Amino acid sequence: MKRTVFAYPYIVWMLIFILAPMLLIVWYAFSKGGSFTLGNLITAFSDPVYMRVLLRSVWIALKATAICLLLGYPIAYLLSAMKKSTASLLYVLFIVPMWMNFLLRTYAWQVLLDKSGILNTLLAFLHLPAQNMLYTESAIMLGTVYNFLPFMILPIYTVLIKLDASLVEAAHDLGANGIITFFKVILPQSIPGIISGITMVFIPAITTFAISRLLGGGKFMLYGDLIENQFITLGKDAWPVGSALSFILLVLVLASMAVMRQAERNAGEEGGILW
Amino acid sequence: MSKHLIDLIDLRKEYDGVDVLKNINLYIRDGEFLTLLGPSGCGKTTMLRLIAGFVLPSSGQVIMGNKDLAGVPPYKRRVNTVFQKYALFPHLNVYDNIAFGLKIQKLSKAEIQARVQEMLELVNLRGYDKRWIEQLSGGQQQRVAIARALVNRPQVLLLDEPLGALDLKLRKGMQLELKRMQQKLGITFIYVTHDQEEALTMSDTVVVMNEGVIQQVGTPIDIYNEPKNIFVAKFIGESNILPGVMLQDYRARFHGREFECVDFGFAAGEPVDVVVRPEDIDLYEDNRSSLTGKIKSVLFMGVHYEFQVDTEGFSWTVHSTDYIAPGSEVSLVILPDAIHIMHKSLNPDELERPTEDELADAAALAEEQK
Repeated sequence: MKRTVFAYPYIVWMLIFILAPMLLIVWYAFSKGGSFTLGNLITAFSDPVYMRVLLRSVWIALKATAICLLLGYPIAYLLSAMKKSTASLLYVLFIVPMWMNFLLRTYAWQVLLDKSGILNTLLAFLHLPAQNMLYTESAIMLGTVYNFLPFMILPIYTVLIKLDASLVEAAHDLGANGIITFFKVILPQSIPGIISGITMVFIPAITTFAISRLLGGGKFMLYGDLIENQFITLGKDAWPVGSALSFILLVLVLASMAVMRQAERNAGEEGGILW
Repeated sequence: MSKHLIDLIDLRKEYDGVDVLKNINLYIRDGEFLTLLGPSGCGKTTMLRLIAGFVLPSSGQVIMGNKDLAGVPPYKRRVNTVFQKYALFPHLNVYDNIAFGLKIQKLSKAEIQARVQEMLELVNLRGYDKRWIEQLSGGQQQRVAIARALVNRPQVLLLDEPLGALDLKLRKGMQLELKRMQQKLGITFIYVTHDQEEALTMSDTVVVMNEGVIQQVGTPIDIYNEPKNIFVAKFIGESNILPGVMLQDYRARFHGREFECVDFGFAAGEPVDVVVRPEDIDLYEDNRSSLTGKIKSVLFMGVHYEFQVDTEGFSWTVHSTDYIAPGSEVSLVILPDAIHIMHKSLNPDELERPTEDELADAAALAEEQK
């Protein structure tokens, strides 16, 4: 018996649960009444509302990714520089929230940010004016960054702890102070972690839904919400356009992954051993 | 050559309450090739790292050119290191690896270019400037590591077991090349190794270390011929070590016999350790000396044979180019200058209790003096 037979269940699984839904989406996106059409796609592209939502989604995802990188890199760096025992404790603290349900975590922010929520109660206690925090674009940003920050920290941390300490010593030995060593040795060596972190934050951020509804109050619809809306609220008639929207998002994600992979390859050619 | 370049004064380093270096006092002369030799864990690498500045001493001073280096970070020391695993930057090519230090010094492009080429020339890697590190063999990486350190024209080059990862033939070649570079450039080399042969071939001065303590400092010839204690005698080359008693100047008693020797200045009756190198013993197939025994085994070593000769329970290691069949009865001749007498080791770890032989010798001596 060939050992490849053990792969059959997984192949079946993938056919049913991954390939089939994708094909269904493509089918709905490109057909109308059983015949091929580009009409759904044209509708999805030409509607200025859809376009604005798409651009907003890309913009929010890019901004959230940038903020995650700016926050996550220093955190990962500090963790990697700490004593192993302290670092693993803090590492767990970053992970623990991820054991909770995504929606639950986001609801928690609602409670915190609400007009009569915990933060405003605290402000009132300090005799400061209440802030309108919930249902703003910043709240959406906060929720997105909060939810996806661990995905930025982990890959960077993993690369940094594997970094050969003698390379840092070699840089010092050759006259580089801490800052030069960071930019000329540590940062270039951690590019694979950065790229993987960006991918792991950007893709879920651009496809996310619910965050904008829970923390943005529906005022700032994102592409994920738009798709959800087509399928859940508008019913079966909206499925073809919903599928077209999904298809556009899928292409966007694949394109961004291709860009990331290329960036990684370039870094790889420059750097030799990565990962 | 005579000027002190580096002085280590009462240097001590502890990790988690354990002293890995205990009270080191050592000077290093300008332009010399000094080797720190010892088994792993003896503190030799720690000493190198203290000089480089990667670790700070628990107490004591590192003085270089009359200046205490206590507050001087590694990147401000005129010292460069060749690391054990080379520590070359994998994201840079050969040229940029070597130019790393020069770029930080903000030298002109033309000068960097000239100095890197000069170094590539020195380490026989001309034309390799655009290669990536992972495309190089171990020996080539080693050369890049040396070039990257030397290009900065340090006062001292620190080498941490740089040849450890190379095969024997490559290692021999690199030993000669390193020595040639050191003589050509006139830079002080501090070289860490556990390979005694390497230390003897390359060094002007050898510092033998064990358990954080300097055992002996001397030229390779001194270290080999005049080991100060059992540790040095055992670590450098092979030796037959016997307990004995010094009877008077030039006369020692060991293995139940009296021998003439060339050592003097010991107290009469002082218990000593006697070292006889295997190549200094002559074997004869007749009874020309009273020290006779039987050949237990013979090993062919290439240049010579190694014999184990049993005399009254002591097994002598003897090297000779002439073959004698195992089982033969032989006599051993040990000439006075083949005998090296050492004071009993002061290191408590090596202080052995007097053996049967020693007690017998002491008793015999007491008998004689009566």
